[in-house]
Amino acid sequence: MNDGAYTKTELMICVAARLFEDGTTAFVGTGIPMLAAMLAMKTHAPNLVPVFEFGGTGAILEYLPRAVGEARTFHKALVASGICDTMETAQRGFIDYGFLGGAQIDPYGNLNSTTIGDHDHPKARLPGSGGGNDVGSLCWKTVAIMQHDQRRFVPKVDFLTTPGFLSGPGSRDTAGLPRGGAPVYVVSTLALMDYDSGPGGTCRMRLKSTHPGMSVADVVANTGFELILPAQVEENPAPSAEELRLLRQEIDPDRFYI
Amino acid sequence: MQVLESGQGEMIQPPDLDAFREWNRTQKTRQLVDKLMSEQEAISRFVYDGCYIGTELYGTVRCPMSLARELVRQGKKDLRVCGQGVLELDLWMAAGLVKKLDITYIGLEVYGTSYALRRAVESGQITTCVEWSNASITWRMKATAMGVPFLPTRSMLGTDTLKYSAAKVVEDPFTGIKVCLLPALILDVALIHVHRSDCYGNAQIEGISGFGIEMARAAKRVILSAEEIISTDEIRKYPDRTAIPYYLVDAVVHAPFGSHPGEMAYVHGRDEPLIKDWVESSKTAEGAQAYLEKYVYGVKDHQEYLALIGQERLDQLVEEREKREI
Repeated sequence: MNDGAYTKTELMICVAARLFEDGTTAFVGTGIPMLAAMLAMKTHAPNLVPVFEFGGTGAILEYLPRAVGEARTFHKALVASGICDTMETAQRGFIDYGFLGGAQIDPYGNLNSTTIGDHDHPKARLPGSGGGNDVGSLCWKTVAIMQHDQRRFVPKVDFLTTPGFLSGPGSRDTAGLPRGGAPVYVVSTLALMDYDSGPGGTCRMRLKSTHPGMSVADVVANTGFELILPAQVEENPAPSAEELRLLRQEIDPDRFYI
Repeated sequence: MQVLESGQGEMIQPPDLDAFREWNRTQKTRQLVDKLMSEQEAISRFVYDGCYIGTELYGTVRCPMSLARELVRQGKKDLRVCGQGVLELDLWMAAGLVKKLDITYIGLEVYGTSYALRRAVESGQITTCVEWSNASITWRMKATAMGVPFLPTRSMLGTDTLKYSAAKVVEDPFTGIKVCLLPALILDVALIHVHRSDCYGNAQIEGISGFGIEMARAAKRVILSAEEIISTDEIRKYPDRTAIPYYLVDAVVHAPFGSHPGEMAYVHGRDEPLIKDWVESSKTAEGAQAYLEKYVYGVKDHQEYLALIGQERLDQLVEEREKREI
């Protein structure tokens, strides 16, 4: 690979990594979120506390985990407990961020990882909620990481596995979900999105910044619903040489994901 | 308390807490009884067609794979299965042994969706999928562990996961907030792999405990497999390390590398090529069958399985283990 060149996946990992806030707690799921958390901890967020749902808290992530319960998720960790402990910690309000994936996302940030088509006679049976629903219900802020195309960014998810804003303003409160939790970002292969969730907002997804080389029109064309387009759309900085070096040489030298 | 919403999913195993108390009174010995036996004997004695069964932790992590393979060899069928799984439940589904699922997550983790799950559900071989989250299924076990019929929680609300579960939503009579009530889950059989146990079933787990502590307390029968069998003197020296006490346990199986091809923290790493072998093989029903022929039906027990994998490979996995070093 030439200097300066990078893949879509590497870019997505870098954009996601920049969203981790130093000094916060974050639920980290399998796959891209693990690489992003490792990159964040090696750059701007050395005091991030990664939490893995089956019990690892405060690990030093030296080797890329390939499963949420793998020993690498509690490598030199502060705590190795169990799923009740981590999920109850989230239910008590101590987990700031949750990083999630899914097969479909809708304008309100609801995620589907259960079925495509009818639940009882599905066209495709997907893995199911796993910890996704709990993370979307119990963390303060959730970030979704998604491939970006019309099949995945849909007006209505076939199955609402994990709550975003449900049906819009106030509906999380009406459903009884803990007050104040909300989806905050979507990182896709094309762009970074947030939500129109300020006072009086619609809670619908809004384009925030495009990836280098992607136009607003590209993003719109690959989104199956109307995305809110602000007057000004910034461009995400490309991965730096240092970010790419860390990813390729230190985080995923075996190129398991990248 | 008024029920505001009811999940429409089937209650696959309706909980009867007084029957469970009676079971614990009459069917579980208080005495220290040697429960050491083989995989064959444990599965044959305690697992039966149609039983409601769970495994812990999951497929590639501290998973009772030697027990899961023996179950396939014995062809225990029409299983009603709870929880999450990777390789272990894949083998059962590929062998056509699963009828109903209380499902949280079944997939191949980094390798994506489970082909065995897709074939079993999309063909209708699995007749029922009731949806839960990872926390909620464990909290259901915790309810049983506490001996209470349900636990109130704040997860699943407002979603289809709740709609297709057997949970209920009520207004909490104390605070007025809505809560999701999760019914207690009582397993007929739990399969759990641990680091060490004595012959009575006093068991120690290293690293994360996953949901082993809850599952062991939510089951009528517990089959333990252990990397190492230790003396009761060792247990008594460190009683604080007993995660699963003997009185919960019905069978103890000595199974070194019992989690293979998954990992065992501080003992051995995961066998990535073998895990990938299943991922590739399971893409088709024929491929999955060929894998089962080679690694399950083709060997008579766990010792033959380990011989097939080979000592050199096992030694290498030990070398790749997570180490307690700073």
